[in-house]
Amino acid sequence: MGESHATDARLSKPLLEVEDLRVSFPSRNGPVEAVRGVSFTLGRERLGIVGESGSGKSQTGRAIMGLTPPHARITARRLAFAGTDLMQLSARERRSFRGERIAMILQDPKYSLNPVMTIGQQITETLRAHSNVTRAVARDRALDMLEAVQIRDPARIFGLYPHEVSGGMGQRAMIAMMLIADPELLIADEPTSALDVTVQLQVLAILDRLVSERGMGLIFISHDLRLVSSFCDRVLVMYRGRIVEEVAANRLNDATHPYTRGLINCLPKIGEDRHPLPVLDRRPEWAE
Amino acid sequence: MTDALAVNNLTIYFEDFAAVDDVSFNVSAGSSFGLVGESGSGKSTVLRAIVGLAPSSGGEILLDGKPLATPRSKAFYRHVQMVFQDPYGSLHPRQTVDRTLAEPLAIHGIGDGERRIARALDEVGLGKGFRFRYPHQLSGGQRQRVAIARALLLEPKVLLLDEPTSALDASVQAEVLNLLEQLRRERQLTYVLVSHDLAVVTHMCERLLVMQKGQAVEELSAQALAARQIGTAYTRDLMAASTGFKRE
Amino acid sequence: MTDMAQPQHWRAWLLSDRPASRRQARLGRAYAGWQRFTTNKLAMVGLAIVLGLVLVAAFANVIAPYSPVEGGDLRTERLLPPSAAHLFGTDDQARDIFSRVVYGSRITLFVVVLVAIIAAPIGLVVGTVAGYAGGYLDAILMRITDIFLAFPKLILALAFVAALGPGIENAVIAIAITSWPPYARIARAETLTIRSSEYISAVKLMGASPWRIVLRHIMPLCVSSLIIRVTLDMAGIILTAAGLGFLGLGAQPPLPEWGAMIASGRRFVLDQWWVAAAPGAAIFIVSLGFNLLGDGLRDTLDPKASDQ
Repeated sequence: MGESHATDARLSKPLLEVEDLRVSFPSRNGPVEAVRGVSFTLGRERLGIVGESGSGKSQTGRAIMGLTPPHARITARRLAFAGTDLMQLSARERRSFRGERIAMILQDPKYSLNPVMTIGQQITETLRAHSNVTRAVARDRALDMLEAVQIRDPARIFGLYPHEVSGGMGQRAMIAMMLIADPELLIADEPTSALDVTVQLQVLAILDRLVSERGMGLIFISHDLRLVSSFCDRVLVMYRGRIVEEVAANRLNDATHPYTRGLINCLPKIGEDRHPLPVLDRRPEWAE
Repeated sequence: MTDALAVNNLTIYFEDFAAVDDVSFNVSAGSSFGLVGESGSGKSTVLRAIVGLAPSSGGEILLDGKPLATPRSKAFYRHVQMVFQDPYGSLHPRQTVDRTLAEPLAIHGIGDGERRIARALDEVGLGKGFRFRYPHQLSGGQRQRVAIARALLLEPKVLLLDEPTSALDASVQAEVLNLLEQLRRERQLTYVLVSHDLAVVTHMCERLLVMQKGQAVEELSAQALAARQIGTAYTRDLMAASTGFKRE
Repeated sequence: MTDMAQPQHWRAWLLSDRPASRRQARLGRAYAGWQRFTTNKLAMVGLAIVLGLVLVAAFANVIAPYSPVEGGDLRTERLLPPSAAHLFGTDDQARDIFSRVVYGSRITLFVVVLVAIIAAPIGLVVGTVAGYAGGYLDAILMRITDIFLAFPKLILALAFVAALGPGIENAVIAIAITSWPPYARIARAETLTIRSSEYISAVKLMGASPWRIVLRHIMPLCVSSLIIRVTLDMAGIILTAAGLGFLGLGAQPPLPEWGAMIASGRRFVLDQWWVAAAPGAAIFIVSLGFNLLGDGLRDTLDPKASDQ
């Protein structure tokens, strides 16, 4: 009885709490707010953040990860990961969180993998940076991890440089690198947008399995509402730096906000004959 | 009746690699034809070969039943125009919209530039206010409208569209697709649309050709695709992928 | 009230996101560039030095108290130290060094401007044509460029001057001939990246001729990096001209060329240091000015930065 209660408490305690997060960039005409008061909590679940370019979805992810450019200003009433206030941490403590407890996958593996290190070196490097293991153990675990992301010949890929593998393979290597330190929260910013549609689904299936097996929290950032809603449990829709609506992913058709509805409707669908396509009529009050 | 555009057994080699391997299709005048495939399928290379930006190693391309001269003549470019994928890369960064639009008129010695440019901007839904802006003062969708206006200034009959909306947000994509459909209706244009997005192609085109690794996989009508009358496994895969993620 | 509003109004007009005419668009772009430039304090110092050089050269006859070529009394006015009458002292011919340095700015400006006018366009044309044409033409033009680059600049200039005969005009020609190859290299490298961009493909599809593409679409994009490079090279050009003057192969006496002045001051450098120091300082300050200006221009004109 007491034990189950304790488990409940652990499960119900949110992994991430974000309250009134704001990110602003200085410009010639005064500061420009990219994120304007975003609040949400995340458990061990799959959360999607959807928006168009300039909606602040990527800046939200970067702010949580601590990768906001230094000239930007971040404020938040609360930004806590597993009960630790991230805003109070020093740069050094923040760095130790990064990679070990929070990891991030970026859109294009071409730009996020180091071109002069082999894939194997990069994965073992990540592991050795966060835990005290010998080179041999790190190598074994890297090979296991490459196998876990369904790379058929891990030993061969281990010794290759990023430019020698395809985009899909590079993104799998990236996932392997990010998950090897067993983070509790994974932020994926457009992880499959640079990939072909058929490869995209394979990579997502791998990500999906790993996230549920390891009980991680996932924030999936994307412009693709259809993809996000088919992958996540819950979706936040962002517009101009604010969350305009939160919907359960399987009840997307019940979305009420005109922006969300507009985003769903403006996509062409196979077998539907809508000419012209409905377009978004942007209202200034959505940004209020 | 001859087709507006016919591609017969087109083959394109880059060094030893066959980027396009024995691809054929016909596009009748006033219709819209789609080329679908993933990266490396050779779909964009076909378009580039038609306009002479890529060398063809074999096969023939017929425009109104007549083979094309290499290099393409000036008259050809008044007949066929192209819109590129990346609106951020297809406008000269140091030229205003006005300069960009004046260029085709100057090259072909077409007078009455003032009125034509103003009308072209009007037609693509950009008002006078955009005429003297530089590309960095425009959004992606606005840039793509400028690129479309530029292509239409020479009053072509055939417009080749290379992933015209894949770099744009979904809502902007809808606007640009609507604009392209409206222009086709008004000017009786013939379209060849290249895209990786099956939904966009079936929305825009009556017929489409699925390509994979430089080869034609299957040609079918948009209705057949919508009714799931699909002949090959690859097309079915593409179709499944376009509906989103499914958990097993 | 209106006086206060007026500058604000002009600023808004210049920085407008929707210019209403070609002129406004162009001025707006120039103004935005100027704003970026003015934030760089060192670049402003460089600009001030270069403007100062131009003004001194233009008004040399007003500024200089004495003739630059005719000296005073050789018995009483030789090698005088700096004083109120002779700010920088006098040289071995009893000439006022301040006047000579002031008039020398004309020669320096003449050399610098002429070299830039001759060398930069040669480099631009060779580089863009080679880069755009490719194939044999590219190979031939770039091998010629390589041959010029294979010799140290001063040695090659020396050889040309020796062949053409000493004199300031020949020195300018020699320096120009030896300084275009790096510009050709830069222009070619830029052309290679621009050539494959979609906006060049788009112009090709308009039916534009290769000449039109190179002249109207590629060259304007290469010009800014060339201006930066030429400005940064100005210091080197001044030094080469001074070096030729020092060796007696540039400007001939009695012309007040700074390099030649240092050469003639060399003999007294231990006892009458001011004879060589004044033209030396002038060379130093002007070279520094061009370098600072070039750095500032790089930040302002960099095509990657200015498109943001």
